[in-house]
Amino acid sequence: MTVGLAHYLTVSVVLFCLGLLGVIARRNVVIVYMALELMLNATNLALVAFSRFNHNLEGQVMVFFIITVAAAEVAVGLALIVALYRKRQTAHVEDLASMRL
Amino acid sequence: MQDILFYVFAALTLVCGFLVVANPISRSPVTSALFLVLTIVSLSGLFVLLHAFFLAAVQIVVYAGAALVLFLFVIMMLDLKAEERRRITRLGLIGGGLVAVAMAWLFRVVPREAALVASGPAHVEGSTPALGALLFTQYLLPFEAISLVLVAGMVGAILLSRKEPS
Amino acid sequence: MHAASTHLAWLVLLPPLGAAAGITLLALNRPAVSARLSIGAILAAFGVSLVLFTQGVEGRTAWTWLSIDDGRGTFVAELGLRLDHLSCLMLLVVTGVGSVIHIYSLGYMRGDRSVGRYFAGLSLFSFSMLGIVLADNFLMLFICWELVGVSSYLLIGFWFERPAAADASKKAFLTNRLGDFGFLLGIILLWAAFGTLDFAELEQRIGAGTTPWLPSLVGLLIFCGAVGKSAQFPLHVWLPDAMEGPTPVSALIHAATMVAAGVYMLCRVFFVFAAPGSAAPDVIAWVGGGTALLAALIAVQQNDIKRILAYSTLSQLGYMVLAVGLAGMAAGAHPVPAMYHLTTHACFKALLFLGAGSVICALRHEQDIWRMGGLARRMPITFWTFLAATLALCGIPPFSGFFSKDAILALAWERQPVLLGLAVAVAFLTSFYMFRLVWVAFLGPAKSQAPDHARESPAVMTLPLLVLTVPSVVAGFWGIDSYLIEHFRPGEGLSAPGWLGQLTAPFHHAPVAAFSGLIAALLGIVFAWRLYSHRVQDPLPGLLDAAARPLRDKFYFDEFYGRLIAWTQDTLARGADAVDRWVIGGALVKGASGSIELCGRLLRLVQTGSLQTYAFLFVLGAVVAIVLMLGW
Repeated sequence: MTVGLAHYLTVSVVLFCLGLLGVIARRNVVIVYMALELMLNATNLALVAFSRFNHNLEGQVMVFFIITVAAAEVAVGLALIVALYRKRQTAHVEDLASMRL
Repeated sequence: MQDILFYVFAALTLVCGFLVVANPISRSPVTSALFLVLTIVSLSGLFVLLHAFFLAAVQIVVYAGAALVLFLFVIMMLDLKAEERRRITRLGLIGGGLVAVAMAWLFRVVPREAALVASGPAHVEGSTPALGALLFTQYLLPFEAISLVLVAGMVGAILLSRKEPS
Repeated sequence: MHAASTHLAWLVLLPPLGAAAGITLLALNRPAVSARLSIGAILAAFGVSLVLFTQGVEGRTAWTWLSIDDGRGTFVAELGLRLDHLSCLMLLVVTGVGSVIHIYSLGYMRGDRSVGRYFAGLSLFSFSMLGIVLADNFLMLFICWELVGVSSYLLIGFWFERPAAADASKKAFLTNRLGDFGFLLGIILLWAAFGTLDFAELEQRIGAGTTPWLPSLVGLLIFCGAVGKSAQFPLHVWLPDAMEGPTPVSALIHAATMVAAGVYMLCRVFFVFAAPGSAAPDVIAWVGGGTALLAALIAVQQNDIKRILAYSTLSQLGYMVLAVGLAGMAAGAHPVPAMYHLTTHACFKALLFLGAGSVICALRHEQDIWRMGGLARRMPITFWTFLAATLALCGIPPFSGFFSKDAILALAWERQPVLLGLAVAVAFLTSFYMFRLVWVAFLGPAKSQAPDHARESPAVMTLPLLVLTVPSVVAGFWGIDSYLIEHFRPGEGLSAPGWLGQLTAPFHHAPVAAFSGLIAALLGIVFAWRLYSHRVQDPLPGLLDAAARPLRDKFYFDEFYGRLIAWTQDTLARGADAVDRWVIGGALVKGASGSIELCGRLLRLVQTGSLQTYAFLFVLGAVVAIVLMLGW
């Protein structure tokens, strides 16, 4: 059985779900962030695979944009975490419950 | 040969990804970050297998090079050791696992459908010139816009992490 | 000549309106000017009426006010004036009696603070009444009808600083509105059925035949208006209270205007009631007869001089309405007796009221007859004119009231003997309570200090009395009835006998009615003489024991209406309160707020504030959404 689109997509789905698990289960904000990156990468993989197997380069263009946005996002997100840590002296999600009424 | 490489990279990606999220030995963020680097590198391997050479390079340069360094800097700056003492709550694990499994179960249909759609040999070359041509012609406007996003992200990061004047 | 003459009718109508407007705008604080304007206007109207009457002008003149085309037909609102025997005679009565009352007011209202307002109201009142008289369609009639209501409100409540007067004016207005509601419904129904409000056209179309129930229904609804204005049972309660107004106003309301408007209107639109198969005339006749008896019974035990006269007015109006009803019972009849009695009654009732006003003025606003007495010697002119009017009211020949009342009795004799009995009983009661008044107030001994200082009123008040005495005494020989018959049956009224023939005609025509009425009246006088000469206290309560109480208390109508209205309002208010409290306040407001609060409390449980719970729920939602989208 040759490796086809289905194989890549399976990897992508499993990686995405791993990231999801990390976002929901982990308490450390930085690790939650990493899990988010995992999810982004999973989609990137899916897009590149689609692009490859659908004879269409635009999927790769999309991935390029996603990587760019993710870079900006990482910068801003980490800056947020730093600012938050300065204020609260914590990087744990359960301590960040100020949204509760 | 390519198939073997796919399985190797895929296994590496998933195992490392798992270790990022749930490392049974170490809970240190630094370990997670390092496994994330491995995940990303093996992902770029998969990109190469998909003939997306430029993206593979970008993936390593941007993610493994820039973003991960940023992560490590932040971890060191904040001196995050507390996580080791904290346990992952069972409720979060169950909830996350449940949702993740549900997602995976939902997506199980996607590869099957995709296999029907895309048959035949893959021959689109993700060559850098082709991608560049596309970016600078058809997607010129989004390309310029995304540069603005980058600038905004930069300015935002500086503004946020600046020490507040007391 | 003729075409020009019909336009003269505007000259009757406009001077009082001009006077009312002029006084209100320019002369409200100048008593002399306002009085001159008002009196001049009514005298001018009287003069023109006299010309119209003597020239025998007939016809109509109209000014199109509005013309509305609604796609199905054109509705034309005309301000039309109609001159015929009916309106010419009524014009003469209204302007004639009105003039006398205007002049009399000059003496009665001397020194009042707001004479200007008084005369403005009086002029407006005259204008509205003349409008009713001249109207040749229902629209104009109704407009003027309501104007009469408004001006009566203004005049009855003239001394509005007195709570009783303010209440009385409100009561009069509201009670009238009640009747007018039916009237308006009747007018709308007529419009819906025939598409016109013009009297002449309506007469033709109704005469041409309609569905049998329509004239009955319309007749009863229109009669509602007359019940309100002419103060018939059960809406009679406002009239006695209207005595709170100045006495000349009472005279005006009771004699020539307002209450007469109801009866006049019934005669004007008699064709509605004369339609064959209509049930309205029977109702009208019995309501009229009942009102006459009821009011006469109440009048027997009243002690306020003006109230006695008020109830006598009610009673006489009952006669007129009875006459209209009786006339409508048989085909081809005419309501001449009603109009005849209306005419003579206008004269002698105005005289009675003005006489009472003279007494009240002389006694410095004492109105209780049991504090009067012996006034005959002190106020001879007032007494003799009052006596003449009383005799006319009682129906003693040869005074005018005898002839007009006899015409009604004769009609009753022809149509409905039971109602004749009723009418004769009323005649007895009438002379009884009127002579009770005469004996107690004028003839018997003085019952308090007040009459000792009484002096005859000035000429400006006694002259009107003397002027009014003339028609009160001799109006029976003038052939008013033949003149009116000309209106309803052209050609028949011409063969009027000479004045001597007029004098004895009742005894030839319907001797039973004439003699029974006369005997009843004389019996009443004898009873009153036996009971009340030389009394200082009313012996009747002692004689009748408990039976006198309801008479004195006016059969508790006011109390009953008060309770009824209070009860209705209370019930409505309680219902509204319950609706407000339980439905609006409870179910809607509290229910809405409560359910929202409950939802909020429930949803609050979801809001843990934990970021990851939100992420969990978000993904869960995404899963559900995908499941739904894929249609599993």
